[in-house]
Amino acid sequence: MLQMQNLRKVFRTALVETHALRDFSLEVKAGEFVAVTGPSGSGKTTFLNIAGLLEEHTDGLYALDGIDVNKLDDDARSRLRNEKIGFIFQSFNLIPDLDLFDNVDVPLRYRGFPKADRKRRIEGALGRVGLGSRLHHYPAELSGGQQQRVAIARALAGEPKLLLADEPTGNLDTVMARGVLELLEEINGRGTTIIMVTHDLELARRARRHVHVVDGQVVDLAETDFAPIRAPARTQAAA
Amino acid sequence: MFTYYLKLAFLALKRTPALSSLMVLAIALGLATAMTALTLLYKLSGDPIPQKSNVLYAVQLDNWAADRAFDETPANLPPNLMTHRDARRLLADAKAPMQAAMWRSGVSVVPEDKDVRPRLVSARVTGGDFFAMFDVPFLHGGTWSKADEQAEHRVTVISRELAERVYKRTDVVGERIRYGDEDFTVVGVLDNWKVQPLFYDVSNDTLGDPEEIYVPWSVGTVKEMDINGNTSCFAPPTGEGFVALAESDCIFAQYWAELPDAATRDAYFDYLTAYVAEQRKTGRFKRPDNNKLSPVREWLTQNRVVPDDSRIFTGIGVAFLFVCLLNATGLLLAKFLRKSGEIGLRRALGAKRRAIFAQHLTESGLIGFLGAVVGLILTVGGLALVRMLIPRFDDVARIDATLFLLLIVVALLGAIAAGAYPAWRACRIAPASQLKTN
Repeated sequence: MLQMQNLRKVFRTALVETHALRDFSLEVKAGEFVAVTGPSGSGKTTFLNIAGLLEEHTDGLYALDGIDVNKLDDDARSRLRNEKIGFIFQSFNLIPDLDLFDNVDVPLRYRGFPKADRKRRIEGALGRVGLGSRLHHYPAELSGGQQQRVAIARALAGEPKLLLADEPTGNLDTVMARGVLELLEEINGRGTTIIMVTHDLELARRARRHVHVVDGQVVDLAETDFAPIRAPARTQAAA
Repeated sequence: MFTYYLKLAFLALKRTPALSSLMVLAIALGLATAMTALTLLYKLSGDPIPQKSNVLYAVQLDNWAADRAFDETPANLPPNLMTHRDARRLLADAKAPMQAAMWRSGVSVVPEDKDVRPRLVSARVTGGDFFAMFDVPFLHGGTWSKADEQAEHRVTVISRELAERVYKRTDVVGERIRYGDEDFTVVGVLDNWKVQPLFYDVSNDTLGDPEEIYVPWSVGTVKEMDINGNTSCFAPPTGEGFVALAESDCIFAQYWAELPDAATRDAYFDYLTAYVAEQRKTGRFKRPDNNKLSPVREWLTQNRVVPDDSRIFTGIGVAFLFVCLLNATGLLLAKFLRKSGEIGLRRALGAKRRAIFAQHLTESGLIGFLGAVVGLILTVGGLALVRMLIPRFDDVARIDATLFLLLIVVALLGAIAAGAYPAWRACRIAPASQLKTN
């Protein structure tokens, strides 16, 4: 599903050069549920942005679902992002002026689905997350957990192959967080690949695979057992 | 997608009502100022007789002093009026298919009905071709005949308003009407007629109404009717009174010819050249040949019928509109950049740059449209103010369908131009920088 080889990302200003990712290699197979952890500034968000085609990498290879991203222009990246990737953000990022129906509708509009198809998808997605009866409510009328469910519905409506979640439970209490995580597990159970960036080690344990990022490089840990970090291993992940 | 963008645009306006209102008002004020000025300029400089303006010519002969030009600018234009003696001669020769010599006068109309007070009424002394040449519509009757002209019969054509005022009705052909000390017979009553500007006589108020009374040239001459308008002489007449003036080289008459094609025009010009050469032998026309046949639009430009003030005011109005649009650009830029988070989100969800650009350009267009609506109201108000302050602009300071459409088009194009840069900045927003959640 996702292949990164020797990826580099360098942020340059007039005064300083920051190597956010260095020799970053990672392969995520279709259907995997991968948790990505690491200390602040380790490069997790940069990795997620590049994976989500929101940023370009400086060097290295990145293939998404078999497509070499290096060769894509901005329009092609936008199209690929729309078709293959769903995003879930820590702060939900719902548009406050739009009701739930219209919020979930946003990516579908850019896909060009006809009206009836969009309606079916939106109602289905909101139904899956338990909000099928609140289509025309506004985000401000919902709890945090419900808003995150709407964001998940928006991410799922286009049936993406890959879901990228950046601290999906970061703004939620324990109960809501559990609910969201169960939803993600259910989604993964149906075959959607999920990559979740999180600080929460408990949450990371719920994923089937755990990738630890330190200083812009991958330290891959065991697929099912999480072991606490003793020292950064600075080894390349197995391809 | 356009209806989607329009929906988003309405929502965006609702979200920031104060800022949106400010932008709409900025565009509206600029539009109203520019359109008020443009309306005046458009009406003043419009073709007063579009169906014939390319076949009607003002005839100009340069009879001026040997040592001094009439027009001392580099254009060296010949006089815009003619002597009575030259007009008489050209009328008599009748070399054009139709021609009219004329001057503006005034008569005191004394109604038979003692309850209707006598009043001074504007009059035009002219030839019978005047009405056909200038497409003047008749309600009843028609012009006087050439026989009436030659026999100096006291016949007259009057306006509908005068007929209603004097007789309380309009079918008054054959009725007698007293001008001063003499009775005239009405041979024609004009229908409502408005020509803007009054191009055929630039020595009087070109924004005024046409005259209410018309009398034959021969009758006006023999009755020595007053001359209302410019009279210019490079040397005083030899004698007193109308007769001396009519025999002098003083100019006060207008002369027009209808020349339907280039061959007729060229032939007529040759005639004028020959006439001047003949007159030069008698000691007149001491200047080099400087005769001119000016078609209507050229005549209006030559005589600066459109006031310079109008052009200056229009320039200021357009400049003000430009400033208002620049203002709107700044406000739109601030508004769009405030939505960076949403723009980044939409890009993350798959919107291409051009979709973001189109969305925000649509919002600009909607603001432009609303600006046009408010601008139209302000323009109508502005023109009403002009009519109140300058009563002679009563017919000019009014918006018509063409100008209304122009206002809409200018508003939309202006708003889109104002919104193009902010929309471009919006679509260049990097999504990753706006979606930072940690």
